[in-house]
Amino acid sequence: MVTATLAHAREVVAAVVDPEVPVLTIDDLGVLRDVRLDGDTVTVTITPTYSGCPAVDAIRDDIVLALTSAGFDNAVVKTTLTPAWTTDWMSDDGKRKLTEYGIAPPTGRAPAGPIRVKLSVACPRCGSLDTREVSRFGSTSCKSHWECRACLEPFDHFKAL
Amino acid sequence: MSTWTDHGAAPAAEPVEAPDPPHGDDPHGDVSLDARELSAELAGGEDRATDPDVAAYALRLGDDALILSQNLCGWIARAPELEEDVALGNIALDLLGHARSLLRYAGSYDGRSEDDLAYWRDEPEFRSAWLFELPNGDFAHTIARQLLASAYLLELYRDLTASADPVISAVAAKAEKEVDYHRDHAVQWTLRLAGGTDESRRRFLVALDDVWPYLDELFRDEPLHERLDGIAVRPSSLRGRVDDVLAAVLAEEDVPVPSIPGSSAGGRRGAHHPSFGPLLAEMQVLARRHPGATW
Repeated sequence: MVTATLAHAREVVAAVVDPEVPVLTIDDLGVLRDVRLDGDTVTVTITPTYSGCPAVDAIRDDIVLALTSAGFDNAVVKTTLTPAWTTDWMSDDGKRKLTEYGIAPPTGRAPAGPIRVKLSVACPRCGSLDTREVSRFGSTSCKSHWECRACLEPFDHFKAL
Repeated sequence: MSTWTDHGAAPAAEPVEAPDPPHGDDPHGDVSLDARELSAELAGGEDRATDPDVAAYALRLGDDALILSQNLCGWIARAPELEEDVALGNIALDLLGHARSLLRYAGSYDGRSEDDLAYWRDEPEFRSAWLFELPNGDFAHTIARQLLASAYLLELYRDLTASADPVISAVAAKAEKEVDYHRDHAVQWTLRLAGGTDESRRRFLVALDDVWPYLDELFRDEPLHERLDGIAVRPSSLRGRVDDVLAAVLAEEDVPVPSIPGSSAGGRRGAHHPSFGPLLAEMQVLARRHPGATW
C-alpha cells in the first residue's frame, strides 16, 4: 500500500511541466531529483537548471498544487544544488519532445582545449546543419538564439551546460 | 512542524499553511507567498553557516555577485541591440542567483534573510570589491569590466568547487558553468571591439585603462583567507591564471596589457567606490520606502 502510494505521488510530481518550456515535464528536464513519502508527508527534491532560474518558484508552487489536488495534503518541496544540473540530466524522450516543439535540443559540449571548436546545431524545423548562432543568450537562461540559413527560420537552442 | 517546508533561515516564523487547491480556471489557484516561503525558494535552504568566518566569506562573494548584477541590470532596455539586452539581462540573472544562494547562507549565521542583507545594510556594511561597483560607462566600459570580472570569477569558482564547505562548493559548481558563458561573451565582445573600427578600438582601450586599476584588489590575501584554509581560495593564488587568460585574449587583437598601478580600493573593509552610493540607493529605495511590499 505504501509502495503504491509513493508510486502515485511520484507519478503526480513527474507530470508537472516546466513553466517556461511546457512541452517538457520536470522529469524529462531532469530537475526532479527525489520523491519520498514519510507518513502522510510527501517530500520532493528539485534542482534549478541555472542559479537564477525564476521558474524554480513556479515549479515549487505547481508541485504543491498537483499533490494537493491528488489528495496529498502535506507536501514539502526542497531544493538542492548537488549534484549540479547539466543538460546530461535531460532524458532522450525530453530531447525528442523539444525538437518536435521547435527547440533544438542540447548537443554535446565542445572539447576544452587551445583551439575553440563550435558544434553545429541542427535546425529543428528542416534539419539543416547550416545554422548560425545569433546570440549566446536567449529568451530564458537555458536557451540561445539561432537562425537557419537553409529555411531562414529563427529558432531557440537549449544550450549545453 | 510546518506542512510547507522545513528550513533554518527563519526560525521564529509562524507555521505556514499549505495553499488551497486550485480555484476555477486559474492553474495557480489562490497562492500567496510570505517571507518564509520566499526564503525557502533558495537552493540549499536547509544549510546554516555555523562559523562567522565562513559567513563573512560567503558575504563578500555574494556582495560581488549582487552588485555586478545590479549594475548590469542598468542596461536592460538600453543595450546597443536587442540580443545584447537579453544577454546582459541573462548574465545579471545568473549573478543574482549566485548572490541569493551566497547571501542566504551568509545570513543564516545570525538569522538575517537575503533581503535583510541586500536591502537593509548601509554602504559601509557591504564587502564588494570596487571592480564590481564601477559604473557601466559606455558599452566598452561594461565589456572591459565584464572581461576582468568573468576571468576572475571563473578561476575563483573553479577552485571553490573543491572547497571543504559543502554549500560554497555546491554554489561554485553551478556558478562555474554559468560564468564560463559570461567569460565567453566578454571575450567575443573584446575581440569585436578591439578589432572592429578605429572608434570601437579607441573606446575599448580607454575603457580597459579605466577598469584595470581595480583588478588588483581581487588578489589581496587577508587573515580571513588564512583562517579559512581549505574552505576559501587564497586570492593571490588566482592572479597568475587570470593574468594569463587576459594577456592571451588581448594579444589576439594586439592590445597591450595595461601597466597601470593598482588602486588601493578598500571594498573588503567597507570603503567603496564613489559610484557605489547612488547604485545602492537605487537598489534599496523600494524596500525602504515601502517595507514589506509584495507584488
